[in-house]
Amino acid sequence: MDRAAIIGVGMTKIEKRKISQTFADMAWEAVNKALTDAGMTLDDIDNVVTTSSDFWDGRTISCMAVGDASGAAHKNISCVEGDGTYGAFYGMTRALSGSYRTTLVTGHTKGSESVSSLITNAAFDPIYERSLGMDMITACAMQARSYMHRTKTTAEQLALVSVKNHGNALKNPLAQLPMKITVEDVLKSEMVADPLHKLDCSPVSDGCAAVIIAHESVAEKFRQKPVWVRGVSFCADSFFFGDRDLSRARSLAQAARKAYAMAGVHDPKKEIDVAEVSDAFTYQELLWLEEMGLADDAAAGKRLERGEFNLDGPLPVNASGGLLSGHPVIAAGLYSMAAVVRQIRGDAGGFQVQKAKTGLVQGVNGLGGQSHCVWILDKDK
Amino acid sequence: MAEKENIIIESGDAVQPFAYSVGMHGSRFFAEIRDHKRFLGIKCPKCGKVYIPPRGVCGDCFVEMKDWVEVGPKGVIGTFTILRYAFIDPETGAQKPVPYGYGFIRFDGADTLFQHYINIEDEAKIRVGARVEPVFAGERKGSIRDIEYFRVID
Repeated sequence: MDRAAIIGVGMTKIEKRKISQTFADMAWEAVNKALTDAGMTLDDIDNVVTTSSDFWDGRTISCMAVGDASGAAHKNISCVEGDGTYGAFYGMTRALSGSYRTTLVTGHTKGSESVSSLITNAAFDPIYERSLGMDMITACAMQARSYMHRTKTTAEQLALVSVKNHGNALKNPLAQLPMKITVEDVLKSEMVADPLHKLDCSPVSDGCAAVIIAHESVAEKFRQKPVWVRGVSFCADSFFFGDRDLSRARSLAQAARKAYAMAGVHDPKKEIDVAEVSDAFTYQELLWLEEMGLADDAAAGKRLERGEFNLDGPLPVNASGGLLSGHPVIAAGLYSMAAVVRQIRGDAGGFQVQKAKTGLVQGVNGLGGQSHCVWILDKDK
Repeated sequence: MAEKENIIIESGDAVQPFAYSVGMHGSRFFAEIRDHKRFLGIKCPKCGKVYIPPRGVCGDCFVEMKDWVEVGPKGVIGTFTILRYAFIDPETGAQKPVPYGYGFIRFDGADTLFQHYINIEDEAKIRVGARVEPVFAGERKGSIRDIEYFRVID
């Protein structure tokens, strides 16, 4: 199979409220940063994929409103609604299709302009779920309870994820919430929905990220050393939350297995050097790591306590600060991807980890992790 | 240059009315609750899984389901949360009184979980695995609100 690589990344700073920027303004900033990073001009871009959600944007066909600022005039533009990693997946398949060689992928969200709980409530079934008030936090609180019940993971272990990730964010100038906090601070923060405290939850955020994906025939033509896609997979589980085993993420285990197989990764615990995973809520980092085989079943909390996921540990997880430190929902996976790309290139700045040859990126879409997209990125082709 | 001014335009009270079809499975499900206080699930002919709420297709097997089976009305708590944060009621736009319990119920005879409110008067009794029963609304109209909540009967 032909190979693809990520050859440029650009992100706005993640902020609570980008009041001076429209969606298009954010796209303009991220796209130009990605082009500069790649050493490309818009003429070098063959096609564009934008990623957005009409509900979050408060309008239909939200992708078309950012086309101009994303350089899509006179080019083929398409849109993906879901996490940014899904836009990147589609963008990669386009770059591999033979029709295009380079794809510019963007993802944007402004959580600040709406009432988040109403937006996430609208993702649920209008007949059985929505009118009861089910939203992202309610769903994830129940998933957290279910995960803790099955694995005996403790509230302290959940809190430690928050401590680690907010601490890592102190080294990432793009992060919204760099904080030096303690486990006690997390446990004393307001109980939002048992067992989730306020500091177990990611914030409402605004931001836009862009990545440029190239076919191998042109991947080395530009400024950056390419970061190669070694494996990628994308799997979905049942729509109704109640159909799933809430304490698990079957579709993530499948996606990870397929991505490892494609990448030729046999022992992920040893072969993955750095990972950025979706930590919209503290428990999710631990649950996802277990489902991807990066920790034994019910043992992620213990690995965390031993410092193994710290910036200087054997498997740094969310060295950028993760989504707990800034969560522009749709763009989230592209921020994670850009963070791993920078790790592998060795230009992650303050949050650079020591060994970063092979990295893992996980993007999530659907509440409580209905579907997952797993990428294995590598310095070597 | 003058100080930067950021203008905001609010959507106001604009709404987008919508008429959702409940469909043949949901219509029978709600009519049964309204008229007989009974819960109907539907069984996959291939894997045997009993789904609630009922729908036409088993996603795992990709086959049509036609076997209706009665489940519950009693069951156990699969998982739950207690909402303590001031939420907006999507039905009315008003603040919802907190705290309130929300959970997934596994009806006797069902393989999937059904979500609804859980009465939290005796919070100590709310736990995964606790037995519950539904409390129905006095006046039932054929919607999810025909059940008021579930209560622990342990």
